[in-house]
Formats: sequence, structure tokens, C-alpha cells
Amino acid sequence: MTDAALPDASRLPDETAPATSAAGLIVCPRCDALYKARRPGFGELATCPRCHKVIAAPRHKAGMQIIAMSVASLIMTVGALFFPFLSIEAAGLTNAASVLDVALSFSGGVLTVLVIITAAAIVVIPALRTSLLIYVLVPLVFDRAPARHAKPAFRLAEQLRPWSMAEIFALGVAVSLVKVGDLALVAFGPAFWMFAVLVVLVLLQQRYLCSWSVWDALNTPPR
Amino acid sequence: MGRSEHAPALTARSAGLVGCRQCAQAWPAGTPSCGRCGAPLQSRDAKSLQKVWAWWTAGLLCYIPANLYPMLQTRTLFDTSEATIVGGAIELIHYGNVGIALIILFASVVIPVGKFVAIAYLALSTRHPSPALAHHRQLLFEVVEYIGRWSMIDVFVVAILASLVHLGSVADIKAGPASLTFALSVIFTMLSALSFDSRLIWDQVGQQEDA
Repeated sequence: MTDAALPDASRLPDETAPATSAAGLIVCPRCDALYKARRPGFGELATCPRCHKVIAAPRHKAGMQIIAMSVASLIMTVGALFFPFLSIEAAGLTNAASVLDVALSFSGGVLTVLVIITAAAIVVIPALRTSLLIYVLVPLVFDRAPARHAKPAFRLAEQLRPWSMAEIFALGVAVSLVKVGDLALVAFGPAFWMFAVLVVLVLLQQRYLCSWSVWDALNTPPR
Repeated sequence: MGRSEHAPALTARSAGLVGCRQCAQAWPAGTPSCGRCGAPLQSRDAKSLQKVWAWWTAGLLCYIPANLYPMLQTRTLFDTSEATIVGGAIELIHYGNVGIALIILFASVVIPVGKFVAIAYLALSTRHPSPALAHHRQLLFEVVEYIGRWSMIDVFVVAILASLVHLGSVADIKAGPASLTFALSVIFTMLSALSFDSRLIWDQVGQQEDA
């Protein structure tokens, strides 16, 4: 964390002598380096000088923006569930697939496990994660006391992050389109564009969400 | 940057503290869970490497059948064909879709194989301290963490094709058994990478410089 956020590591020893003074200290989650915490301002980046991990990156009004994006992506997810994302036509026969069709396409045998994995990665986990974020952030943004289970909820949301794969699915749809392009006439359905919007929302959300700031807010009593 | 990169940094462990990996708060060593966010605290995940190797082995075991069995079973008016991951990509090249074939080959062969090698290297390298390489190892770890999930793309493509292409006698595509083992392989290697305690990369740096 450059001088902007954290002081020289070299100054620390005397200040850390009693272990009970841990309150004002923060530790890089990646490399375990110890620093004296100073609250970074909006737009400032607090990075670990040793391993360059970004520890905190607060943004002004990020909470409200993340809530808005979460609500939007929930709506997109529900919509994308029922509308077809690809339609196919060959020799007068047509077929269209929605996410529900995909989830049900592996019916039978061991492939049922794949149904569960696919449905979880592209619908259940992303929807759960955005719902948890809304639950945690809404009271914070409106200066209320944190939601009752805000802490475990936010920890779960952070753990689910790598398993939320809606954006990978969107690219998969594009690849599929090319793959069957020779076999039949293929076209994007409305749900594909919802997934495309979802990808942008997910990426923006990841950029705006600073978990250090959320934990900070969850532990600061409302004014 | 620059100045403190190789300087012996004061770590939470050497100061008798333990850091929360979730919210970065420091606590006295031995504190069981973080009072700020509730996450369990561990100065170093002692079982980290065991878990890494366990998931790594499971992932590798699933990756072998994923390459031997067919990913897709395609039936058209004229013939029925079964394609493995590599076979399907070669077929795409024959049809002239070199770009897509490269995406599939990259996501399903280069990334998974590269991940197995990278994770094994990271886990083994914790025994051979190297301050000079710490940054490279950290970067490698971040790349593995970030890119690993994208291997799922081939599983999704199979899922999409299998649900979309049902055109009676004209064309029909079914998912093959390899799609399941491949998905499991991706999940297991993701778990393997997530089990790796990146602080192990940096510990050695401190130790060697202190000595």
C-alpha cells in the first residue's frame, strides 16, 4: 500500500510490540505482510508493497451501484432462464434451447450430475451470489444497522465468486453457434443478449466491489 | 514498488499475529476466528499442500478418461460419429473453423495440462525458497486461479449442443461420458488451486533473508 494507504513496514516493530494492539493492523491475505492500517480514501488503491496484492480499493457510491447492478443481473438471470438463447433450423425442422433445456438435456444416467453442475454454475450460484450481495449491501447503503446474518452472508458470497460462471456460459453460446453453423442455420435468441448484458454487469460488479470496504462498513455502527 | 520488493518484510506470523484472509484484519496468534468478519483464522494452512495434492490427483484421474471417451455423439442423415475433445477440434479444422478449434484446444487441452504442471510446480517449489522467483510464482498462481474456470467452456458447449440439436432424423447431438469426467476434472483442479495457501510462496522469502 504505497504511502497513500499504509506506512513503511519498517516502522512497525515498536508499534506492534504488544500483541493486543492488533486492532489497528492489517495483514496482506496473499503474503502475510503486516501493516498499520490507514483508511484509504475513495478512489485510492491500497496495495501490498511486497506482493502487490490490492487489499482495498474503495469507490465513492459503490454500494448503490453494486445494488443496482445486482438487481439488474437478477432480472437478466430469471429472463435468460426461460427465453431461448439459440435457435436452430435445418431441412424445415426447427428447435430452440433455453437454459432450462440445457439443464435438462443430460437427463439419464451419470450425466444427471452434469445437469446439476451446469445449472449450479450458470443459474443457481450467480443468482444466490447477487441475492446475498443485495441482502448485505442494502442496509449499509441506507445507513441502517447491518442485516442480521450479513457477515456469514457476505463471506459465502465471496466464496462463491469463482464458481459463478454465467460469463463463461455466454462465450460457450457463441462457440456453439459457430460449431453447428455448418450443420444447420443457427440464430441468437433473446436470452443470448441477456447473457451478454449479464457478462458486462458481472465484470463491472467485480470491479466495483471492494470487500475490505464492505467489512469496514459492516463493523462501523451506522451514523 | 521497487524499494521494498526484496526487503525482509515483517509478517504477521513473525510479529505473533495472525491475519484474516477474508478481511485482512490482524489478530493475536491463536485467535480461532476473526472478530470482524467471522472467518476462521489460521496463520498457515498446515494441510494446504495435502489438500492441493489430493484434489490435483483427483483432477488428473478424471482428465484421462475425459480425453479417451467421446465428448459428443453426433448423428446426421448420413452417419453417426463420436468425437473426443481433440478429435472434435481436428474435425473443426477440417471444416475450416480454425479459430474455434484453437479456442477449444486452448480451453480443453492447453489450460488443463498447463494447470496440472503449474500447480505441481507451485506445491513442490514451496520446498525450494527463492526470493527472486516469488513474484513469478505469485503471478503464476494468480493466472492459474483466474484462468482455470474458463475450461468449463467446453462442458457448456456440449450442454448447449446436446440440448439444441434435436432435429429428428436430420441431426441429433448427445453428450458423451467424457463431458462429465471433464467437468469433474475442472472442478477438482479449481479446488486444488483454491486449497493452495499463497503465503507459502512468501514465507520462504522471509526465512531465507532472515538467515
